[in-house]
Amino acid sequence: MLSFTLRRLGLAAVILVVAVSALYGMIHLVPGDPASVVLGPRATPEMKAAIREQLRLDDPFLVQLLHFFGDLLRGDLGTDLFTGRPVAAVVFEQLPHTLVLIVCAIAWAAALGVPLGCVSALLRGSRVDRFAGIVSVTCIALPAFVVALAAQYLVAVRWKLLPALGVGEPGDLASQLRHLVLPAFALGLGWVGYVARLLRASMVEQLGSGYVRTARAFGLPERRVVGHALRVAVLPTVTILGAGIGGLLSGAVLAEIVFARPGIGKLIYDAVSTRNYPVVMGGVLVSTAFFVLSTALADGLNALLDPRLRSPE
Amino acid sequence: MTAEPERSSGSRRGHAFERRPGVLLRGARWAVRTARAAAAQPLGGASLALVGLLLAGAILAPWLATHDPVAIDLEARFEGPSSSHWLGTDQLGRDTWSRALYGLRVALHVALSATAVALAVGLLLGLLAGLGPRWVGAPLVLLFDTVSAFPILLFALAVVTLVGPSTGTVVLLVAISYAPSYGRMARTQASALRRAEFLEAERSMGVGLPRLLLVHALPNVVGPLLIVASMDVPVVITIEAGLSFLGLGVQPPTPSAGSILADGYAYIRNTPWLVLAGALPLVLATLGFTFLGEALRDALDPRLARSRG
Repeated sequence: MLSFTLRRLGLAAVILVVAVSALYGMIHLVPGDPASVVLGPRATPEMKAAIREQLRLDDPFLVQLLHFFGDLLRGDLGTDLFTGRPVAAVVFEQLPHTLVLIVCAIAWAAALGVPLGCVSALLRGSRVDRFAGIVSVTCIALPAFVVALAAQYLVAVRWKLLPALGVGEPGDLASQLRHLVLPAFALGLGWVGYVARLLRASMVEQLGSGYVRTARAFGLPERRVVGHALRVAVLPTVTILGAGIGGLLSGAVLAEIVFARPGIGKLIYDAVSTRNYPVVMGGVLVSTAFFVLSTALADGLNALLDPRLRSPE
Repeated sequence: MTAEPERSSGSRRGHAFERRPGVLLRGARWAVRTARAAAAQPLGGASLALVGLLLAGAILAPWLATHDPVAIDLEARFEGPSSSHWLGTDQLGRDTWSRALYGLRVALHVALSATAVALAVGLLLGLLAGLGPRWVGAPLVLLFDTVSAFPILLFALAVVTLVGPSTGTVVLLVAISYAPSYGRMARTQASALRRAEFLEAERSMGVGLPRLLLVHALPNVVGPLLIVASMDVPVVITIEAGLSFLGLGVQPPTPSAGSILADGYAYIRNTPWLVLAGALPLVLATLGFTFLGEALRDALDPRLARSRG
């Protein structure tokens, strides 16, 4: 298990280094001088030189890259070009909003998907099962941002039941929760279907296995048999959800933009449109790190549960 | 017909083999058989019909459209449906029906070509990783793992800002981020063939690696990948639509389902038709392709079908 952990962490580190270098390289290959973009047409050559100095644009590329990694190891992600604040502070200020959104989306997806999949597996082949199957595939197929737009228009604009934009007053928990409902609903809907289908498949497998037959033969009440099967069947779903956090990170971008919620996706999108390179870099870096860590964690959980996965092949 | 003596090209060279039909014919037969099997699944027929209808609409868009999708007519802004404009007009007086058709065409074109590129690249690299020399395989696996570790949409945001938004950028991004999953699948399948006797036989007769991979190994690997690809198409459609919705995908004036939806949402108080014209083809396409992918998988992959019960 130790060698597995080391190998997996090594891979995660390699991935991060490659990702950061690729991104850094791309920023510097694009035509256009970042200094002129930032300062606008009325900048004096001295101001431009100062910015070039600050961004180390005059150094050779490899030197820039090494400096960047050096700063990174000290926890310095650079400074926001417009406000002059440290990028790390800006990014970690926005990250909690995204995390709350993702956790809520996963929570409601699991809360609805697990019972749905369980019931489908128990009533396999029945009309309920077929209907649940169609509903879950439909959930998977619907584009999340179309769901977000529809929910925003119908629930918030038309019926005025919930707020349409923003994240709510700071400190006011009820208002924040009300602002969370629609984005989390839109983001999690696809995962409801996904979780339901996954759980159904593993539950069907468990219900056909020997220990369930034995438990039934011993005359255990059906409710307890199902409980035992579910405890095993839910494991693959848990690990998939861990890996799914990364996918939700991507989905959260659109949800955050549609609902004008602060968050890491919106931060990157806004920074992209103002060409605020350090913020783009910092945001993508932190979210990629988060993604890589969550998949590594999910892999680790998987390996912990299934020792066959620990060997390299 | 019965008295005709058989004179195949093979017999001239002294072989007694029966000549096999050409690749195209075999491919077409396989496609028909697959479509039949998918149509036999619940909802398979309906999804096949829906996808066929959407594809026909996309291919025939130049003939089905009643107007030029980018022709601006400021006199006729936000018109309701009429005999001339079947779904009304948008904020620039452009015909919504024609734009919806072309939007569908663009969405399907981008999704299918991006998936095809990803599939081709992943398939080739995966075959090479599975059956080629080990010093090629190991770095390729690391490459697959690295590339698939990116959160795609965030990375797309960064790349699009840098390289500039265009249809080509979207295709490239999707192809790069999806190729590794096909690569991994192809590698697993190909490694299982490593010791296969028919490949040993080919090798001992001196068949080179390219021919071994493309002619002999590929047909044994491609099936499951095609199923996964058909299930990825709706996801790619969504990604393209999402990027276009943000203004980072297909660029105006070219209509795309995502950009029509963005226009429609901005002008929802003026006309409801624009939102429908953007959302409906998008939702129908993702639903159709998802259900078709499910039906294909159940029809062709008996192992998965069994676990479905």
